[in-house]
Amino acid sequence: MKILKVACAGTLESSDTYVELEPCDELEITVESVVEKQFGDRIKQAVKDVLSECGVECARVRVIDRGALDCTIRARVETAVLRAGGED
Amino acid sequence: MNKLVNSIREAIALSGLQDGMTVSFHHHLRNGDHVLNMVMHEIAELGIRDLTVNASSLFDVHMPLVDHIQNGVVSHVLADYISAGLGKAFSAGIMEKPVQFRTHGGRPCDIASGKTPIDVAFIAAPTSDTMGNCSGKYGKSACGSLGYAFADAMYAKRVVVITDNLVPYPLADFSIAENYVDYVVQVDAIGDPRGIVSGTTKITRDPVGLVMAQYAAKVIDASGLLKDGFSFQTGAGGASLAAAKFLKDIMLKKEIQGSFGLGGITGYMVDMLKAGCFKTLLDVQCFDLGAVESIRTNPAHREISALQYASPGSKSAAVDSLDVVILGATEIDTDFNVNVHTDSQGCIMGGSGGHSDTAAGAKLSMIIAPMFRARLPIVTDRVTCISTPGKDVDVLVTQGGIAVNPAKTELKNRLIDAGLPVIDIAELKEKTERITGKPQKLTHGDRIVAEVISRNGDILDKIYSVS
Repeated sequence: MKILKVACAGTLESSDTYVELEPCDELEITVESVVEKQFGDRIKQAVKDVLSECGVECARVRVIDRGALDCTIRARVETAVLRAGGED
Repeated sequence: MNKLVNSIREAIALSGLQDGMTVSFHHHLRNGDHVLNMVMHEIAELGIRDLTVNASSLFDVHMPLVDHIQNGVVSHVLADYISAGLGKAFSAGIMEKPVQFRTHGGRPCDIASGKTPIDVAFIAAPTSDTMGNCSGKYGKSACGSLGYAFADAMYAKRVVVITDNLVPYPLADFSIAENYVDYVVQVDAIGDPRGIVSGTTKITRDPVGLVMAQYAAKVIDASGLLKDGFSFQTGAGGASLAAAKFLKDIMLKKEIQGSFGLGGITGYMVDMLKAGCFKTLLDVQCFDLGAVESIRTNPAHREISALQYASPGSKSAAVDSLDVVILGATEIDTDFNVNVHTDSQGCIMGGSGGHSDTAAGAKLSMIIAPMFRARLPIVTDRVTCISTPGKDVDVLVTQGGIAVNPAKTELKNRLIDAGLPVIDIAELKEKTERITGKPQKLTHGDRIVAEVISRNGDILDKIYSVS
């Protein structure tokens, strides 16, 4: 999947995650989270996993996490990718 | 004799307040309080320094205190509760001396015994007469009970009453009596009514909260304590109120007449009183307009001092006669120790208040909390701060099961017999972590920013700076 336009998914509500995607020449991921200290690595891994599963190699990805579970993070990233992307 | 003085500054000067002394405040005006800020501003203007502030609680409205600390006006703080905004400043390490946290019972106990003497107490009084007979029940800034202020008024060397509703002598229905009061000051407003009491405290509509509340009511029903003469305290949190509502339904259906409701009182407890669930409410603080109206008009709704509410030094305290209390937690560990002082990042955002007093006194102390909040599991190996020791905590109610303190085998058997989903607390921890993932352990800073003093006077735990 190629990221063609800016798109977002999710909210800034507690226990949710907000994901923003935009086209970029490389893969840039930034994560800020209220549970950064406890789950920062896991959140980054979940984001990377979904991007890889969707075949996204280049994108600027911004994740603002409010303490979402992995399943929520994965769903928000996937939705943002589907909104932002098109087939190669 | 004239006790009326023209300004707060004049009252401070007359009180003889000097460098290094202790001033005290009570928190019935909660996040609407103007009195602490007005008084501390005048103290700073007078150039008095190195003071100890002994406050029953501090709220974010008291943020100017940070400046007074940084400017050397305040060098030590004693409180039972500090809300999150101000707590963050303390956790960042703005003070040399650690904050001393006490409980709502421990504070008046230490004031009465002389362990934490007060030089000048400032009483925020919604109504006062010219000699200082004062009450929280009347006036535009009415807050209901003045329970936490009694010990300050009775034992401080000097007492200043600050009011925005001065009435002719004598105020018949006074709470704090003139014989304790040195000076009376009239001001335009002691607080902002919007921050003093909530309009109505609402029960939760969150399905997880409702499940927990239903379990909580069923645990009480199954505990064997729910019979005529039953006594009860609950918090103002959404799920605690919902539990009170379900409990009320059970009590009405079974025609159980309880003896008293205790604590910080909400409109829901007032509804239970009116419905005949209790004969009396014993009220140390009103949380909403319904409670204020009730304490003013209903003789069965009694104001009590913090000394009578919870002091371990009193000949008896109401918590000693309490059957059931429902309490909250930010964390609870597998030994049932409860944290209500810090968030899971280790930042100060609360305090015991009456938590450990009621947990120690009540026959059944119940913690009600969701399995996790914003991904952080409620059950940990060891809480960030011990606010209430596990020996005083009997049962944890979550949506994912009910964990009973292993020392309470009879209770555990009763709950199992009632068909309730009893789960071992370690198993509950694992069950939660299967959903959230296992959180990485936090490291804290190396400075001690607060000491938690148990109701018996021992240091229960220390709170470290946030790194």
